[in-house]
Amino acid sequence: MKKKNIISAIVLFGAFIAVLAGCSSNSSSKSSSSSSDSSASGKITAVGSTALQPLVEKAASNFQKDNSKISITVQGGGSGTGLSQVQDGSVAIGNSDIFAEAKDGIDAKKLVDHKVAVVGMAPVVNKETGVKNLTMAQLKDIFTGKIKNWKEVGGKDQEITVVNRAEGSGTRATFESAVLGGEKAVKSQEQDSNGTVQKIVSSTPGAISYLAFSYLNDKVQAVSINDVKPTDKNVETNDWPIWSYEHMYTKGDAKDASAKFLKYMDSSAVQKELVGKMGYISIHDMKVQKDAKGNVSNK
Amino acid sequence: MDDIQRKLQQNSKATREDRLGKVICYTCIGFIILLVACILYFIASKGIATFTKDHVNVWQFLTTSNWEPGNLDSKGHPMVGALPMIVTSFSVTLLAALVATPFALGVAIFMTEISAKKGAKMLQPVIELLVGIPSVVYGFIGLSLIVPFIRGIFGGTGFGILSGTLVLFVMVLPTITSLTVDSLKAVPMHYRQASLALGATRWQTIYKVILRSATPGILTAIIFGMARAFGEALAVQMVIGNAILMPKNLVSPASTLTSKLTTDIGNTVMGTLPNDALWSLALILLLMSLVFNMIVRFLGKRGNIKNAS
Repeated sequence: MKKKNIISAIVLFGAFIAVLAGCSSNSSSKSSSSSSDSSASGKITAVGSTALQPLVEKAASNFQKDNSKISITVQGGGSGTGLSQVQDGSVAIGNSDIFAEAKDGIDAKKLVDHKVAVVGMAPVVNKETGVKNLTMAQLKDIFTGKIKNWKEVGGKDQEITVVNRAEGSGTRATFESAVLGGEKAVKSQEQDSNGTVQKIVSSTPGAISYLAFSYLNDKVQAVSINDVKPTDKNVETNDWPIWSYEHMYTKGDAKDASAKFLKYMDSSAVQKELVGKMGYISIHDMKVQKDAKGNVSNK
Repeated sequence: MDDIQRKLQQNSKATREDRLGKVICYTCIGFIILLVACILYFIASKGIATFTKDHVNVWQFLTTSNWEPGNLDSKGHPMVGALPMIVTSFSVTLLAALVATPFALGVAIFMTEISAKKGAKMLQPVIELLVGIPSVVYGFIGLSLIVPFIRGIFGGTGFGILSGTLVLFVMVLPTITSLTVDSLKAVPMHYRQASLALGATRWQTIYKVILRSATPGILTAIIFGMARAFGEALAVQMVIGNAILMPKNLVSPASTLTSKLTTDIGNTVMGTLPNDALWSLALILLLMSLVFNMIVRFLGKRGNIKNAS
């Protein structure tokens, strides 16, 4: 009897694997077909950058009011996830803070870039450091660990605590390319969200980090660089150099529902109202453009 | 006649139900086994890719302390030294268990030996409540209260192993306590009676008889607590500082295996070295939880033999 049980268990197990195998092949064929008929039935999934997520979510919900047949799912996961999933074809749109060219393991030629907004970033320091302005060279020396005390840049006698962003994140890549010029950042704390960074900088004496403009508030001291204030106007002219595009990538040209949604993202309803309201800078207002290598030219 | 024949030859309703039950049962078991096998295979294959595909030396991975998977060092080898994270993970785990065990023992002894009624009425709900609080809440409390507190006393930023230990201490306390309570309750009543009959005081009975005979169970409880501490990601990530540096002291920012995974996994691309390296960290976590399980099994066996003899 016991033997029989074991045998039946094995048989069942085998049958189960077969069923699962069937399932998986089913689902794979389903997913491949759904990517082609997703445009027809109007299902879009946009995955990636958490910095861009709130804007896309809000835009998607507005878009769906007028286009009830198209359903849009927006997820976070990070720029790397967004780029790799759109490259695999598992999602229709991959959101990213950085150019696909700048990410290892991504074949940028297969992807089509849709720039939907610009985000400015500013260095922030704890209010008690007494520093409101830094030169670019000083900022670089702080983040590469050459300047270790605030008194060296005209502040209080206080040790500098650098709070960086997660390695490989879009925010950090933008900041490092604009400020460090190829040098390596000092090894330090890393945090993975604007909210946490804001909290840490506001409460830790001597802390410095950087935040997207929408997270600047009176709890932290935003720092001017070379006496240029971190404002939207200065970003538009590139007088403020730390900014990046928010990209929405599609594999090949966007089709049907995706194309419609991306067109909506570029429309004045989004660019004139939503973008500014949510703390981004409209792509239409930019007077300069930046390429994947970081070269800036007039539009 | 026909009717009786048919009844005898056919399966009864009870037999059919019996079979159906078996099928459902085996299907579920098979599914779970398959699921576990898939997870193991997936993590192992991904985690090993760092060493097979990207040709990182396993020894170098485990013993060097430079973690920059995106860059190459002067010799052209990728810099993936996981030692700081391994050391930090073990430090917070051991320290948390070390701090929590005396408290857990005290609570457990109170609940079983000293005042079972009060213990059941007051402490049981408290312990259950501690289990139920989500880890993000612990992390948030740690970030808002413990970090500034540590900063106020020791200076620095307040982030580090000490803050992580204090948060984990509260998180593993209920695990260790409730398992210790179980193992103390399992000590046969006649041990206590015999000890008291010999003229031992309550403290002597607890210390020399009950704790001694419950030792394997208590060790199991501690190991379970350590397994929980080792795997905790979110709460630790919020207070440890996430700096991939060899921890110099208890109040300098550090990074555990789990906190590195949660901060970085979204920023890497599947199939590249930075991503594979993270999977290798996940593999270490998985292997460690296997080791913890094996220790628990080993202790359980030893305990059984002791009780039987």
